[in-house]
Amino acid sequence: MIYLDNCATTKPRKEVVDIMQKSMIEDFGNPSSLHRLGMKSEQKIKIAREHIANALNVNINEIYFTSGGTESNNIAIQSIISKFGKRGKHIITTKIEHPSVLNIMKNYEQQGFDITYLNVDNQGYISLKELENSIRNDTILVSIMHVNNEIGSIQPIFKIKDIIKKVNPNTLFHVDGIQGFGKVELALKKWEIDCYSFSGHKVYGPKGIGGLFIDKKLILNPLIFGGNQEKGLRSGTENLTGIIGFGEAVKIMSENHKIEIENIRELKEYFAQKIEEEIPYIRFNTSLDENSSPYIINISFNHVRGEVLLHYLEDKEIYVSTTSACSSKGTEKSHVLKSIGLKNEEIEGSIRFCFSYEITKEDLDYTVKVLKESVADIRQITMR
Amino acid sequence: MEKVLSVSLGEIALKGLNRKYFEDQLIKNMRRVIKDIGFEKIYKEQGKIYIEAEEHNFPQMINRLKKVFGLVYISPCIRIEKNEEKIKDASIVAIREKIDKEKINTFKVDTNRADKNFPIKSPELSRQIGGLILQNFNELKVDVHNPDTFLYIDIKQNAYIYTDKIKGYGGLPLGTNGKGLLLLSGGIDSPVAGFLMAKRGLEISAVHYHSYPFTSERAEEKVKDLARILSRYVGRIKMYSINLLEIQKEINSKCKENEMTILSRRFMMKIAGRIAEREGINALITGESLGQVASQTIEGISVTNKSVDIPVLRPLIGLDKVDIIDIARDIETFETSILPFEDCCTVFLPKHPVTKPKIEDILKSEEALDVETLVDKAIENMELIIIE
Repeated sequence: MIYLDNCATTKPRKEVVDIMQKSMIEDFGNPSSLHRLGMKSEQKIKIAREHIANALNVNINEIYFTSGGTESNNIAIQSIISKFGKRGKHIITTKIEHPSVLNIMKNYEQQGFDITYLNVDNQGYISLKELENSIRNDTILVSIMHVNNEIGSIQPIFKIKDIIKKVNPNTLFHVDGIQGFGKVELALKKWEIDCYSFSGHKVYGPKGIGGLFIDKKLILNPLIFGGNQEKGLRSGTENLTGIIGFGEAVKIMSENHKIEIENIRELKEYFAQKIEEEIPYIRFNTSLDENSSPYIINISFNHVRGEVLLHYLEDKEIYVSTTSACSSKGTEKSHVLKSIGLKNEEIEGSIRFCFSYEITKEDLDYTVKVLKESVADIRQITMR
Repeated sequence: MEKVLSVSLGEIALKGLNRKYFEDQLIKNMRRVIKDIGFEKIYKEQGKIYIEAEEHNFPQMINRLKKVFGLVYISPCIRIEKNEEKIKDASIVAIREKIDKEKINTFKVDTNRADKNFPIKSPELSRQIGGLILQNFNELKVDVHNPDTFLYIDIKQNAYIYTDKIKGYGGLPLGTNGKGLLLLSGGIDSPVAGFLMAKRGLEISAVHYHSYPFTSERAEEKVKDLARILSRYVGRIKMYSINLLEIQKEINSKCKENEMTILSRRFMMKIAGRIAEREGINALITGESLGQVASQTIEGISVTNKSVDIPVLRPLIGLDKVDIIDIARDIETFETSILPFEDCCTVFLPKHPVTKPKIEDILKSEEALDVETLVDKAIENMELIIIE
């Protein structure tokens, strides 16, 4: 099996699975319980939180556990709005955000908020000029994703905060870091990010666990009330097993991710070059330079339906994703690919390949071989 | 006073000498759906079938029995000896239970005396029991035209007292009318067609065509879900799954683009015909409805029909889409049928399909193809899926 759908989710590392299994059997106490078993669980959470705080180079008190990326985005954005909504009704985001951000924005738009959706260029980057011109006195929040999940473009986060500070220092800055965490350069403190969302299952950890960094100067209102776990921001008995697995995954990741990133950047270049040589009529929807994630490459194959190609590949045990979901009620086109100006046909023929540390050159050679044959077979029918 | 379930037979009651055959098949089918719930005994008594079982299991049993073809009504009854006093007591109990469940103002007693040796005639017994109920329940009145509830009294070997008649689908017991092979797609129509023919006693198998990898595995999963819903009515279904892609590729490369659909339809029928022959199946069933889509014009249907000798049953042929949808909702296939992943493969769909094909033209087009070999190959690679 060649798994190239790592943006959707990653395979948990063996060490992660082992430690989680052990915790479910041995350390199942409720961290809030006063007895020894509860205290042991509390300790384990502390260790996991430390691993994550270390990886992000922030204070341990600034890390909150959630149920995943979607919840982190929701808590960050909605809590900021609930706290500062009186100060202003203007929010800035981009046209290529994940639905868990865009749909929150749509909801606030209906409640009378004014949302600016920044455009992106044909490689998926926002214009800093447009950002600067969009920030107003009543702008309470700028929410921008670090790495785009469909095409891999990396936004210049470090420059964004400078602009925000220059035009309106009161505006808060949230970064959706779900596809970027552990995979691209990040300096939360230096870049003065106020909130940062990330997720466990994108970094070889378990599903159902995520994290949110909130700068310690910020005290946000909770959305979920209850027993005041996570310092009252996110009540509910902690997902102990998930947190332990998440902590372990992040620990291993930060031990060797510098080398891993370098290797994967090379593999991406190799893969792109090979495809360019072997398969005609294609378009790279991802830039191949340093401004895009080494883990993601999005390619449109002309005269091919992405979903058909996906099934051809799966038949050879190669797993990828299309960026346009297909349905009998018509095709739902990717808003990201539309935003970078792709024609409908190019959107329909797009496939996203997402790498992991387990992928080898041989895997990619085989993938290109199967791609070449499949694309030729499909085009024989569609280009008649 | 014992509680039993009674089952009334519809059309089966009209059968002459064959009646026992139909009844026995029905009892067999009833046993199949309730055997895991557990029951004491199933017996026949003067035209009806009775089930002895624990009362708390009645609701679940009724729910399943409703889906058994051939039965018209199911009633939870009180069974007693044919004795005037006991009938009186049971009638009061039955009315009290009814009042506890629903708001009732009016009633009517309806007696059916199958045992003519019972001394009190039906109208007289109805009057007596009616009077008794009026005495015992001040709030109730008699309404002989449009009562809120009936109180039924059946005098047979035993006496049976009941108030509710829960409707079944009627029809004929499954398996009393041979076997049919349903061409099952993921759409709204074909499951309904299968249901309607099964209701006439036909045992159902199914064949499904896909174009993997041009279509998704989820599309096939959806068809299996539909077959599973259908199997609540028709029992175990053998489903043959056929990949049509090679055939479609051949047609695509060798025939006119606008004949794609009609030629594919003929292949589907031929393959189904071949499976039917092999499996001893007597007819094909399709969800075609006249004029619904381009391939379902009268010309299209004639040309498709000429690809097989076996009878092709089209129970939906004269139904409007809205009527078909009503049945689909009723049998609970609709929600599944309208899920997406239907068929992403529009690659092979002609832009302007022929709506008035002529058989001569189509036969001529087929000459370009090695039809027999293609059919053989498709059947060779067929998959059998058992739906329970």
